[in-house]
Amino acid sequence: MNEPVVQIKNIHKRFHQNEVLKGVDFSVNEGEVVCLIGKSGSGKSTLLRCINLLEIPDAGEIRVFGENILDVKDVNRYRSQVGMCFQQFNLFDNLNVLENCMLAQQKVLKKSREEAEKTALHYLNKVGMQDFVNRSVRTLSGGQKQRTAIARALCMEPKLMLFDEPTSALDPEMVGEVLTTMKQLADDGQTMIVVTHEMGFAAEVSDRIVFMDEGQIVEDDTPENVFRNPRSERTKAFLKRTNFGTV
Amino acid sequence: MGFFGYLNKIITKYGVSILLGIRTTLYISLVGTLVGLLIGMIVGGFRAVKLDYTAPSPLKTGKKIIDKILTVYIDIFRGTPMMVQAMFLYYAFLDLIGWSQLTAAVVVISINTGAYMAEIIRSGIQAIDAGQTEAARSLGMSNAQTMWYVILPQAIRNAFPAIGNELIVNIKDSSVLMILSINELMFQTKSIAGSTYRFIETYFLAAMIYFILTKIAAMIMNHIELRINHQLTSIPQSDTSVNIYTTKTKEED
Ligand SMILES: Nc1ncnc2c1ncn2[C@@H]1O[C@H](COP(=O)(O)OP(=O)(O)OP(=O)(O)O)[C@@H](O)[C@H]1O
Ligand SMILES: [Mg+2]
Repeated sequence: MNEPVVQIKNIHKRFHQNEVLKGVDFSVNEGEVVCLIGKSGSGKSTLLRCINLLEIPDAGEIRVFGENILDVKDVNRYRSQVGMCFQQFNLFDNLNVLENCMLAQQKVLKKSREEAEKTALHYLNKVGMQDFVNRSVRTLSGGQKQRTAIARALCMEPKLMLFDEPTSALDPEMVGEVLTTMKQLADDGQTMIVVTHEMGFAAEVSDRIVFMDEGQIVEDDTPENVFRNPRSERTKAFLKRTNFGTV
Repeated sequence: MGFFGYLNKIITKYGVSILLGIRTTLYISLVGTLVGLLIGMIVGGFRAVKLDYTAPSPLKTGKKIIDKILTVYIDIFRGTPMMVQAMFLYYAFLDLIGWSQLTAAVVVISINTGAYMAEIIRSGIQAIDAGQTEAARSLGMSNAQTMWYVILPQAIRNAFPAIGNELIVNIKDSSVLMILSINELMFQTKSIAGSTYRFIETYFLAAMIYFILTKIAAMIMNHIELRINHQLTSIPQSDTSVNIYTTKTKEED
């Protein structure tokens, strides 16, 4: 079998006195969709951010696409192969929808304007934003912003996509459109790691669910097993609180 | 002859040299503000960049040293009078490069404005959400690219009122550059007053002109600011028109 896309071995991360990741092992295979769930403060975002080096772990090993990323010299080239979507969208406020999707293609991948625009329009079309290409991003709804952010990441044609609570900042009526877009991606075979509180989405779309608690992975299994017969008491307690103990 | 009589006489007799003064004043303050803004962008942007953990240590040391030098530059130019800077630099470089007083004036006001702009830009940068940087970096953009294409444009936009204010300050404060005997408005005023002995009327006229110039500058700045804000928050008349044109023409070609 191929090497996993992501393979994390025993990573530790602390912020001052606060040990946030306490020896995490975790891997993701090609084409897999893995959802990370867990209480607030359990270290989900930190784990995700370590994968594209927005945080640097204190110890341990992270292999992505077969190389140890803590050793890579060209961090920018590495990051360009890993897409990331944020809870707050973080669209570039000074650019319109189309330009948001073109900038990194031109500056990082050194594509020509025409090429970048073509790719941008392709992915904007894919996320259903084709009618808004010239919009200033400030005038978009939350759902439209997040779909634009997804398109922006896809324009780099990443081999791995990371999502950090992509729907948590959205009004309830807009959650659906973003989840639909993400589901499409999953169906296309995109490898994805998704931090989410949307248990319905996790149950439906993911191949595996990883439950984190206090900086450790407590459960790592198929949605069915995690939701129906979680092994650990902590998982049970968590699922009970999210009213998802019984699917 | 009354106050307005003299005023009238001064205008008719010295109108040309007053216009010349206005021209030089506007020239110095406009160029000074623009070059100052450019200096401010480079210095403020440079100081705000945080190097990656992967950066080699000579680079880190180099950056630290340059940061220090830039801090000293900003401190000195904000902490001493521009009039002193003008005299000192003019004479300090006179033998070396043999520059004209006008060139020296433009250079001094630019460097002086640059020091203020650097601080304006830096606080503009600090006000920008860290998420903007994270998004750019997550796409693989370098520190410098992130700064230049994402952060600086936003910092300048947010700091626009302060930047515009520098132009107004420069229109007024360029008057101290009369010390270099360039024919800017204050220098012209002084010589007119000297030859007419109508001090009150002449300086009243100068005050009026400075006031009108700064008012016009403020109006232009406000107008630009409104336009920027409008662009950011307005929805294009037709969302689809332009993109249909871009997609279609590309494919038909
Ligand atoms: N840059 C930082 N500096 C200091 N502490 C941090 C930093 N980032 C995260 N932390 C701390 O690390 C802990 C884990 O944070 P993390 O964001 O990974 O949790 P999370 O599981 O994503 O939570 P949430 O569901 O609220 O997003 C928290 O206690 C947080 O305060
Ligand atoms: Mg989080």
